[in-house]
Amino acid sequence: MSGSLRYVLFAAWVVALASTPVWADNYIVRLAITVAMYTALVQSWNFIGGFAGYPSFATAAFFGLGSYAGALTQIAGLPSVFAWLFATVLVGAFAALFGAIILRLRGHYFAIASFGVVEVVRLVISSWGSLTGGGDGLNVPLVTGSPNAVAQTFLVVMIALMLIVFVVTVVVDRSRLGFGLRCIQQNEDAADMVGVDTTRYKVIAFALSAMFCGTIGAAYASWTGYIDPSDSFSVVMTVKIPVICLLGGPGTVLGPVVGTAAFLVLEEVFWSNFLEYNRAILGAVIVVIIFLLPGGLLKIPLREVFARVRRRDNNTTAAT
Amino acid sequence: MTGILELKGVSKSFGGIRALNDVSFTLTEGEIIGLIGPNGAGKTTLVNVITGTSHATSGKVLFGGDDVTKQRPYQAARRGLSRTFQIVQPFPRMTVLENVAAGALFGDVSSKGDVKSAMEFARAQLEFTGLTDYADRPASNLTIASRKRLELAKSLAMKPKVLMLDEVNAGLNSGEIDGALTLIRRIADLGITILLIEHLMKVVLSLAQRVLVLHHGELIAQGTATEMVNDPRVIEAYLGQKFSRRAQEGKIHG
Repeated sequence: MSGSLRYVLFAAWVVALASTPVWADNYIVRLAITVAMYTALVQSWNFIGGFAGYPSFATAAFFGLGSYAGALTQIAGLPSVFAWLFATVLVGAFAALFGAIILRLRGHYFAIASFGVVEVVRLVISSWGSLTGGGDGLNVPLVTGSPNAVAQTFLVVMIALMLIVFVVTVVVDRSRLGFGLRCIQQNEDAADMVGVDTTRYKVIAFALSAMFCGTIGAAYASWTGYIDPSDSFSVVMTVKIPVICLLGGPGTVLGPVVGTAAFLVLEEVFWSNFLEYNRAILGAVIVVIIFLLPGGLLKIPLREVFARVRRRDNNTTAAT
Repeated sequence: MTGILELKGVSKSFGGIRALNDVSFTLTEGEIIGLIGPNGAGKTTLVNVITGTSHATSGKVLFGGDDVTKQRPYQAARRGLSRTFQIVQPFPRMTVLENVAAGALFGDVSSKGDVKSAMEFARAQLEFTGLTDYADRPASNLTIASRKRLELAKSLAMKPKVLMLDEVNAGLNSGEIDGALTLIRRIADLGITILLIEHLMKVVLSLAQRVLVLHHGELIAQGTATEMVNDPRVIEAYLGQKFSRRAQEGKIHG
């Protein structure tokens, strides 16, 4: 997809999401908040999973840690924006530290280790009852205002986060860092041989993929007003995020945006129409899409499809 | 003429196997040196130890006077110790140009470090190696001969001081080998020191000013190419004692 077209598409999508309070009901506004939040999470995952090609299942660890860091600092009296910033820095530092250890593993081994990070953090948070409330969860100071006003605030917050991560993605994509990560993704040994400091690049990618999840987790905690370990460190999230990215197109700028939109719309459609089997149907659809389009939805050869349709039209007109 | 790369008593063991045993030699700046030896002699292990892919069990590797024994591969690349692989290692889904640009962007410490100037420098290397027509093709589409050229272009883009060519001519037909020979000579003309690891005697004889012979991990002989071809120890290493003796007798009687 050409450079300027993708920015136009993205801008149109942002406007569509941001204007939902004007033209849609609360259900759609809530969906728009979720879309923006998931887009930002998937874009974050894209740094390590897409660009560097390291299949991380650690998103829930960063999201959950961020939500607890944000909640606890807010309870301690920090204004929400500063609490979110604190969560960002803390989670980024945490990821850099853990990344330096587990990024020595490759492929499936790394995937399992990253999954382990989620479990470790979850167990620590749920066992440390005196600080985190354990299984009872935590009540986060509520944002004051009418439900509609609160929803609009968080719509703006999540869209802003989505925009920030998008800009960072564009910058990384064009920079030396993105180039090096792509080298690592395609052939790590060769990357090392041409002079890429692979360890440093992987740690940077991992920290980048983590820190915004921390912000989003903290903002999510403020939005819902209540967090507990099973919600913050959900296995479903940790699997969903990579799947969405693969669906859209890993390692591309627009892939996470397209993937999230497609996934959440499909999820809503199946959920509202097939209450009992929606997960099974959704799972099957995703398997089929990823199987037929290993490069993601963005890799559909649109030009060829159009050309073929046009040829067919021409043939029919010629025949008549 | 000064020594640019020096190995001092380098040994490398994998468990109980000694892949390299007390190897010492010096490369002089600007020369082309051949490294030959039968299969499993330790040639590739030697290159791995020099470029930091694996580390010497004992002994020292000195580059420009600095001890680089414990360096990591990316550090070797940035220092100017560049190599090509026996089994080519491209970035398969990148274009040929991007592959070479990766070398310029990360391996060349004198570069500005931005993607655009790396691409420009990469174009010059494609021109030099005759790959300009393939610039926008994915690297995985190239023929073996072109892939080997790509390896060379990628290494050159890193502005190396020493270039180690691990069997760049293996798997090429004789026409392609002639092309590669010309290219290697032109690289040497740039003042780059070349360590040529080869099976093909034709290549070694026509290029190398000096030849090192490795056998069972030990440096058994060194000298000019013609000396080495007639050296009984070398013949023995390749063909066994019987032939070595016969060759000697042949010399006496003939």
